[in-house]
Amino acid sequence: MIPALAADGLLAAGILALALGCVATRRAFASAALFIAYGLLLALAWARLDAPDVALTEASIGAGLSGVLLLGGVRRLEGLAEPSPDAETGPLLTILIGIGCAALTVAIGAAVLLLPDPTPSLAPQVAANLATTDLGNPVTAVLMSFRALDTLLESAVVLLAVVCVWALTPEGGWGGVAGLRQPVVRDGPLALLARVLPPLGIVIAIHILWVGADAPGGKFQAAAVLAAMWLMPWMAGLAPAPRIDARWLRLVLAAGPALFILIGLGGALAEGAFLAYPPGWAKPLILAIEIVLTASIAVALALLVMGPPEPPR
Amino acid sequence: MTEFLLAAALLVLVTVLGGLVRVLRGPADADRIMAAQLLGTGGIAALLLAGVAMAAPALFDLALILAVLAAFASVAMARLAPGDDPREPGP
Amino acid sequence: MSLLADGVTILCVLAGLVFFAAGTVGLLRFPDTASRLHALTKADHLGLGLVVLGLLPQMDSLAGILRLLAFWALVLLASAATGPMIARLLRRQGGIT
Repeated sequence: MIPALAADGLLAAGILALALGCVATRRAFASAALFIAYGLLLALAWARLDAPDVALTEASIGAGLSGVLLLGGVRRLEGLAEPSPDAETGPLLTILIGIGCAALTVAIGAAVLLLPDPTPSLAPQVAANLATTDLGNPVTAVLMSFRALDTLLESAVVLLAVVCVWALTPEGGWGGVAGLRQPVVRDGPLALLARVLPPLGIVIAIHILWVGADAPGGKFQAAAVLAAMWLMPWMAGLAPAPRIDARWLRLVLAAGPALFILIGLGGALAEGAFLAYPPGWAKPLILAIEIVLTASIAVALALLVMGPPEPPR
Repeated sequence: MTEFLLAAALLVLVTVLGGLVRVLRGPADADRIMAAQLLGTGGIAALLLAGVAMAAPALFDLALILAVLAAFASVAMARLAPGDDPREPGP
Repeated sequence: MSLLADGVTILCVLAGLVFFAAGTVGLLRFPDTASRLHALTKADHLGLGLVVLGLLPQMDSLAGILRLLAFWALVLLASAATGPMIARLLRRQGGIT
């Protein structure tokens, strides 16, 4: 008992230290590296808290893809000129930002401390109605059936993020190849890993997607792995990034949310409620949405990391 | 056996947490990448030990994701760090 | 038989722990980055390898055994590839002369 408590204390202390270091470090690359380590530790903490679904998401989206997204951003910033001194925030703005952050922290802390005991929970209702979805994993049942609207909006947000990134395309670059041009690496360790890892990773992603019905896993985690397996050969210059005006790309991006909305409207016609699944059809419909959404989210995540196109030189 | 494996998982975790000092202090970018990588490997070992001890396949899947994405993140860190040019021949 | 299996597990996992500890101590105490890279690869390859080896007797199916070995192979591959990449980065940034 005592050693376990000590390890948990150390884990919590490590997370806090990394979070502080991530914010306090002056160099952008070091900050991004700290963020990746922070995500790793957070995933382990969720696993300790018996929340494997959250741990899987944190490891794939939080540590993996967001971290590499930040690294790519740091790399792009290098090419830009230093911001001029007048662009710096004045002391008043700094103080206001500080007060705002502190107030938010106090509010969240107070909310956690003021939670009633026992904590209100909808878990019994979920457990009671789990059988109607034919799913074994209650988390997937909540995400895809009981609160499917939230998941639909989440997938739309990812799509919106891609649109926002593309909107940052500099003059003359519109319709070009996404992201910076990557130098081609024909041999060496990077090329080896870029060729060997993707086949393994794709199998792992399919596994994670498939077990999501009955065990921790699901589309977001699988999509993150798939995106990483596309970005790997992209970083080695072996797989080209797509042109952002490619028709197939737009179709894949929109297919997931579009199918989700169509099935939702079908539910409105057949059952009288948006996103209601007809009895007995819940599992096949959920499976169809999950598979198509995985492809859409994977492409969207990869495009987010690649960034907007560069203008031709 | 279960207690031993769980204790070993905790010990691995505590050990690699010590490496955090290197992620925080550096000084070289390579030091931070290495310490993050050690954290990933230690996390995988701890998850495998705990997964076998508690017969929890979910922890194995988590270790699998961690293994793939830690490799991806390490490569990205080494590739995207300032000043690296991948075309140069290896050491 | 089970006693022997447990013995192998305890021995190998303990040896793995030693390598993890050695890797961390090396990462913290070695004087320069290149030596620290050497310490890291020991923890990656041997630490995890010995832990996996120790867990093998606890698996009751061939699939479980293959799965564990796949973890090790994956980490070996990744670590073997990132090692030279980190060393190259170090040289570019002036760490190795």
